[in-house]
Amino acid sequence: MEENKYEGLNLPNYNIPEDIQNVVSVTTLDRLYNWGRRWSVWPLMFGLACCAIEMIAAQAARYDMARFGMEVMRPTPRQADMMLVSGTVTKKMLPALIRLYNQMPEPKYVVAMGACASSGGPFKEGYNVVAGIDKFLPVDVYIPGCPPTPQALIAGLIKLQEKIDKQSIRKVRWYQKGKADPNYVPMPILGPDLIDVRRNAEYKEAAARKEGAA
Amino acid sequence: MTAPASTQILDLAARFPDVVSTDARPGFSGFIVKKENLVEVATALRDEFGYDLLSTVTGVDYPAENKMEVVYHAFRTIGGPGIVFKTQADRVEPIEVPSLINVWHGADFQERETWDLMGIKFTGHPDLRRILMWEGFEGHPLRKDWKEAFFEEETKPFKSRWPEGNHLYAEFRNPYRDNLNFPSGFDPEQYQPQTEDQLYFSLERSSIKPKDADLKTDSIVVNMGPHHPSTHGVLRVAVELDGETVTSLKPVMGYLHRNHDKIGERNTYLQIMPYTDRLDYFNSMANNFGYAITVEKLMKIPVAERAEYIRVIMAELTRVQNHLIFIGMLLNDLGTLYTPALYAFEERELILDIFEAVAGARMMCNYFRFGGVVRDIPDDVMQKIKDLVHDRLPAKTDEMERFLNENEVLMARLKGMHVLNAEEAVRNSVTGPCLRAAGVPYDLRRADPYSVYDRFDFDVAVRYNGDMYDNYLIRFDEIRQSLRILEQAIKQIPQGPINSQKPQYQVRVPAGEAYGRVESPKGELGYYVVSNGKPNPYRYHVRAPSFINLTALETMCKGNKIADFVALLAMLDIVMGEVDR
Repeated sequence: MEENKYEGLNLPNYNIPEDIQNVVSVTTLDRLYNWGRRWSVWPLMFGLACCAIEMIAAQAARYDMARFGMEVMRPTPRQADMMLVSGTVTKKMLPALIRLYNQMPEPKYVVAMGACASSGGPFKEGYNVVAGIDKFLPVDVYIPGCPPTPQALIAGLIKLQEKIDKQSIRKVRWYQKGKADPNYVPMPILGPDLIDVRRNAEYKEAAARKEGAA
Repeated sequence: MTAPASTQILDLAARFPDVVSTDARPGFSGFIVKKENLVEVATALRDEFGYDLLSTVTGVDYPAENKMEVVYHAFRTIGGPGIVFKTQADRVEPIEVPSLINVWHGADFQERETWDLMGIKFTGHPDLRRILMWEGFEGHPLRKDWKEAFFEEETKPFKSRWPEGNHLYAEFRNPYRDNLNFPSGFDPEQYQPQTEDQLYFSLERSSIKPKDADLKTDSIVVNMGPHHPSTHGVLRVAVELDGETVTSLKPVMGYLHRNHDKIGERNTYLQIMPYTDRLDYFNSMANNFGYAITVEKLMKIPVAERAEYIRVIMAELTRVQNHLIFIGMLLNDLGTLYTPALYAFEERELILDIFEAVAGARMMCNYFRFGGVVRDIPDDVMQKIKDLVHDRLPAKTDEMERFLNENEVLMARLKGMHVLNAEEAVRNSVTGPCLRAAGVPYDLRRADPYSVYDRFDFDVAVRYNGDMYDNYLIRFDEIRQSLRILEQAIKQIPQGPINSQKPQYQVRVPAGEAYGRVESPKGELGYYVVSNGKPNPYRYHVRAPSFINLTALETMCKGNKIADFVALLAMLDIVMGEVDR
């Protein structure tokens, strides 16, 4: 279907003659920009656990994520638009994950795939598990499931596309001068337990309270 | 259908009268060896009695008796039952036990794991670092007196989860409002994290001296992973390179350590079943199988006849899809990007459809129960299985073989590239297709038959060159043998109940220990469970084939080029969920 190629690009209420519909489009800059981005969200090629297998299955023939412009898995964070956190994030892995996130150029999105990435899932009580990646990274879409089926994954990614549709060049932070990234995450440290350096004062206080109690 | 080669029970206590005693605790078996003589006894077991394959090393903590126990299971590669021996140490720091790394090199990672999680020092181990947690982590988590940050109660079901309980989020019970636990008075600003020097010192420095003194060369250390497209997950490998040649290598793991053992000891027996799905997430059916037969051993219950066949059908379907994915992923790593993998995934989807129809989930099947399985196979699904086994899968396997096996590039990459010979494989406790491709016909379905495998007519796939090409071809052989078993199982499957027990949430497991093992697609998957008669296991340990097969990685890669490293790693067919647990 020829029209589908321009889905979401044309502004409604403009009657473009049929013979030039594939050549001319009346639209706004925002729409053009978002239309370009929503159909080329390149994920970071990054598998953590079980969910990664369903992610691969979603890439494969039966589900075929290429239909959504998301088949170009980039192994380097420098070329990726979206981090698909596909699986359990452990404390040992977290510094590597944060480093990857900080290396991704903006605009960047984070999708928490599955129960583990969203909240710790069945492994939440484990001593080496981060109970939800949202404690560190700003998550755009959560996908429930353990693991989510490829259909669920695709549904989640369509939600991300809808989110992209609503953005405006004039308002998005990354095109504005002098605005530092509020989501910048400093590297956590692996100490006696995971140290989130943003919360140092809190840890110190709680550890002192614990000493008083003991 | 031959009888196992050796069925006589070895009386170790008679051979070493003062040193070895029989384990007389009710429900326990095997021998207790004095730790001073452990190496002597182990050497005799290997050299005099032929127990050449060390299967597991793990620890059990008995704070009530003030003891730490290390449990070893050793087997013969000619088949037959194994031997279990234990050694005990007083629970006073430092807890020390002699290392068996010089007797069985396969003890290497397992002793490191026991040190990491139980805090038992193995004297004589050359590289006793933490393996799953990081250096500097506080405490040894599998000790019974160690509590995790979200600790609520010793065992499940938690009282707060009952309807009348006042449920609180785990975060609100913890003083740090998070899954964290720091020693009292800890000052994060003053903390100096430990460096990774120990890891890099453990790499053997290159001994290759440049012949031409004018040309000064130096070896370099390259870190691959944990984010790397070809390490099959979050494995990290520190490689020392001389030019392009690998001179030394150490895998670093734990990036997916999800505390399977600790959570398992809090869970009830049945609650562990869905967790086993997530070990080797390609083969949840095989994982269920191993755990189910272990607990059935402890409970001493039979399995319903029809369920035995259903189990075999599911386990073999799992093997077929695992090996198909292996072939696809191997070719991915060799540079045939995506195409063979897409073919493999097409077939895998059809097998997953069957799992979804019988178990309700594609990957995490949670299908086995103690005494049987949870649901019967409906007739239409049975028809689907028949179509797959008789028509589709054999044809597709032929097709893949026709497309790939004679490919010139593939042959150039794989033929003659040494992986492991029989001696190296057994020394490093490698099991599964890698061991069989090295010429050792050790397949648990024959060597120590479980379930109803002794009723089927099939051959143990074995190849003798031990090169990459043999390692690759043996997966095709195994697919064919699995299809043979499937054909017979479909024909022979009887009607009847699918569980010998009534469905129950809480099973009664008498006190004792059991070690159950199955031939998972990756190798020998074993479960070691100690019960004290309560609704939760006292000790629960998984012998993960991927984890132990990695012991051989350094032997495999030394002297090879870095470009072949990725393919050699693919040969081991590791899954990080199982390596790190």
